Amino acid sequence: MEKAAISINDLHVSYYGNEALKGVSLSVQPGNLVGIIGPNGAGKSTLLKAMLNLLPKDKGDIKVLGKTVKEVRKKIAYVPQRNDIDWDFPITVLDAVLLGTYPNLQLFRRPKKKEKEWALECLQRVGMEAFKKRQIGELSGGQQQRVFLARALAQKAELFCLDEPFVGVDASSEETIVTILKELCMQGKTVIVVHHDLSKANDYFSQLILLNKELISFGGVNEVIQSDIIERAYKGQFAFMKEMGV
Amino acid sequence: MAFIEAIMQYGFLQKALLTSIMVGIICGVIGCFIILRGMALMGDAISHAVLPGVAISYMLGINFFFGAVFSGVVTAIAIGFVSQNSRIKHDTSIGIMFTAAFAAGIIIITLLKSSTDLYHILFGNVLAVRSSDMWITLAIGIVVLAAVYLFYKELLITSFDETMGAAYGLPVRLIHYFLMTLLTMVTVASLQTVGIVLVVAMLITPAAAAYLLTDRLWIMIFLASGIGVISSIAGLYFSFTYNLASGATIVISATAIFVLVFLFSPKHGLIWRMLRVKKKRASLI
Ligand SMILES: Nc1ncnc2c1ncn2[C@@H]1O[C@H](COP(=O)(O)OP(=O)(O)OP(=O)(O)O)[C@@H](O)[C@H]1O
Ligand SMILES: [Mg+2]
Repeated sequence: MEKAAISINDLHVSYYGNEALKGVSLSVQPGNLVGIIGPNGAGKSTLLKAMLNLLPKDKGDIKVLGKTVKEVRKKIAYVPQRNDIDWDFPITVLDAVLLGTYPNLQLFRRPKKKEKEWALECLQRVGMEAFKKRQIGELSGGQQQRVFLARALAQKAELFCLDEPFVGVDASSEETIVTILKELCMQGKTVIVVHHDLSKANDYFSQLILLNKELISFGGVNEVIQSDIIERAYKGQFAFMKEMGV
Repeated sequence: MAFIEAIMQYGFLQKALLTSIMVGIICGVIGCFIILRGMALMGDAISHAVLPGVAISYMLGINFFFGAVFSGVVTAIAIGFVSQNSRIKHDTSIGIMFTAAFAAGIIIITLLKSSTDLYHILFGNVLAVRSSDMWITLAIGIVVLAAVYLFYKELLITSFDETMGAAYGLPVRLIHYFLMTLLTMVTVASLQTVGIVLVVAMLITPAAAAYLLTDRLWIMIFLASGIGVISSIAGLYFSFTYNLASGATIVISATAIFVLVFLFSPKHGLIWRMLRVKKKRASLI
């Protein structure tokens, strides 16, 4: 069998003793587009950050491509939540994408022509090359998200982690992003997306991780979207679920 | 003109000029990173926090550079420690720590009975710069510029998106304290020129003006240094001609430039922005 893209074994994470994740174990094969879903405060962002080694673990371990996260961290691209970014920062669209090449540049090395051309290529892939000289704040939410996807592409990663990429994003940008994510999976990369809206889960993802502190369910989309399982995760919030189209 | 003749003639004025130009450059460079990281208050804190270090250095008869860097860095670490290990917010922690350090400094200096020195340290006296001070400033300048040049990539990414930096393995904490160390060194270099109380203005005002002029970091850095240098020279001129405290005249010059930029910057300035809106609306009538 091929090496798992991600394998998590009995993961516990807490914030100063407040449990956020409890005994999560799962394993994702390469080439999957995986959605992480669950109610607010379920620990979705926490799981993503733990996979990036940005949070200390209380217990358990995480392997990416059969190695520890530390060993392969340059192969993991992270697209942050939009409100984590200072959109007034003096940086142009192309330069922001160019940051994606930094992990693979050695200390004291500057991005050269080769990196710049590659960054432009990534920008073209998300259909944003016309905006390359704009300051990043002068874009719509969807365009900003596409730029950050281009940055992730520029990193030539094997694993892509996106935190709520579709919040405040127009429908056509959402479509562009999903198409690109699917292409990446086709090339054997693995993509993990924190997602709020269940209605399109079927079209977007090949697997779902349903969380509520514990792992409620993990597997193919159709197995996970069974109303009794969903109900267990969301407990009282069923009316809200109906609204979301489940 | 008398000013230029005086510069040709007097060694002390040449030293003052060179020192303040260097200070203008390095304050501009470091100031860009300080304001982009939202650490303006931290700049103020560190500059005040060098006081006890300076005082103890006098007491021990060593160069004040070492004491100042030591007390600046210790304060930076203490600020980080308190805010990371309790619910105290960062700005509160800054307020507690730097005032404590500053107060300790005042007590030590008073015990040493050296109130003229205190005045110079607090408000700067660039016309009294000695050769040794000038060389220290020059050395600090070279170290700071080299550090920013060499670690530009890392400084850029941790200023813009620290999480990405951490995710691909940059030691973001270490980079933060590294920047704090550079900040402390810049403060020390500026002691003679603008003094502790006003260093923060030299860090922030030119960088803020540059921030309104461009959307690219490296251009912002060059502009901030340029504005810093112009303010230094203008400030020195007014200080010499009208016999005013050099720190105050340099800072007022920088502020004047900031106000001009704030009003007239082509892209982000108040006036052009208003005119553009007006023109657009007129075209729609
Ligand atoms: N920095 C923090 N300090 C303390 N507790 C935190 C912190 N971040 C998150 N938590 C807590 O951990 C739990 C999980 O948070 P997390 O951000 O992972 O949720 P989420 O599923 O991403 O929620 P959302 O859908 O609102 O983004 C929550 O109960 C939250 O209150
Ligand atoms: Mg979240």
